[in-house]
Amino acid sequence: MLPNGTLIGEMISFAILIWFCVHFIWPHINKAIEDRQIKIAEGLNAAERAHAELKDADHKVAAEIKVARQQASEIIDKAQQQANQIIDKARGEAVTEINRLKASAQDDIASMAQRARDQLREQVGALAVQGASKIVQREVDASTHKALLDQLAAEI
Amino acid sequence: MASEPQGGLTEYIQHHLTHLTPHASKSGFWAVHVDSITVSLALGALFCLLFWLKARKATAGVPSKGQAFVEIVLEFVDGQVKDVFHGDRRFLGPLALTVFVWVFLMNAMDLLPVDLLPWITEKFGVGHFRAVPTADTSMTFAMSITVFVLIIFYSFKAKGFSGYMSEMFTAPFGKHPLLWLPNFALNLVELLSKPVSLAMRLFGNMYAGELVFMLIAGLFSAGAGLAGWALYGAGIIGYTVWGLFHILIIGIQAFIFMVLTIVYISMAHDHH
Repeated sequence: MLPNGTLIGEMISFAILIWFCVHFIWPHINKAIEDRQIKIAEGLNAAERAHAELKDADHKVAAEIKVARQQASEIIDKAQQQANQIIDKARGEAVTEINRLKASAQDDIASMAQRARDQLREQVGALAVQGASKIVQREVDASTHKALLDQLAAEI
Repeated sequence: MASEPQGGLTEYIQHHLTHLTPHASKSGFWAVHVDSITVSLALGALFCLLFWLKARKATAGVPSKGQAFVEIVLEFVDGQVKDVFHGDRRFLGPLALTVFVWVFLMNAMDLLPVDLLPWITEKFGVGHFRAVPTADTSMTFAMSITVFVLIIFYSFKAKGFSGYMSEMFTAPFGKHPLLWLPNFALNLVELLSKPVSLAMRLFGNMYAGELVFMLIAGLFSAGAGLAGWALYGAGIIGYTVWGLFHILIIGIQAFIFMVLTIVYISMAHDHH
């Protein structure tokens, strides 16, 4: 059975309807679909970028920590050197100071011994004069025998 | 189709409004509408196949166009469910999706030329064939009664037997024993009106749409000669304009059916 006029008329209308859908309805649906695809693609890209950036930042942080650690160890080394230098210098100064003090003390001792010796010598002289005058029973004129007494004192 | 225009049109419409049924009497329990069942099952299978294929190959990356389309439909339906229902959407979401897409596809059969499928089936010796399952009360009631059963089920599930019964007898007027009967009567009317309105709204819209298509199609064989050709042209214009308008209707009716299904079932979860 061939299609009758009614069916053909309906088919023409249907064709117009399809044409309308293709031109005015489908583009909107297609656009929504493509927008969604673009949005998802962009979102995924952004996520990937962020991920890469994070990795980059991690690397940078690691490198910077390494540098900082190196610098810190350098600073510590330098500080230790400086401390050693300071200690050495202080030690040197202390040694010279000790030596100086020792020398001056020795000087003092020597001069004091000399003074004691001199005093002793004088007292011995006086004692000798007293003893002699006792023996002689008269005043010994110290001035007349000064040369003699001095000589005696020097001999003691 | 007919030699005499007026009698022909009536006969034409009556012919088109007759369901395909293997039973001779056209009524009674075994007067099964084979056309509605066939078309609705085929469209349901199409929906399942389409969405299953796309879901099976779904990727978390940039979706293909088909997947993006399925996602858009899914997100739209899920958004509607989310707006109305604030609970576990694992059942209501898929239900709403099924209702929406299936009803939409069945409604969309209305856009096919009203004589196309009958013309094809006639070649196989089948005289009557109605292509739009949702213009068949059997189909719309089948769906709305399913929704009705779900309403009852979720009412019991959410409130328990005693809770639901006390609500039936004490809301909305009050707890006084004298008010039990009015409360129950009102609630019963409200409950029963849901599947009826759900089914009749969809059926009415689709049936009327189909009928208007048939009336316009009557113009194609309305006259002879020059006047006949003028009417033929008017028929094409009218048929096209109604078809364009009908694109709106099929979407809106599918949407309304879905939203009301969601609303009714989420109301069953609510406590008064």
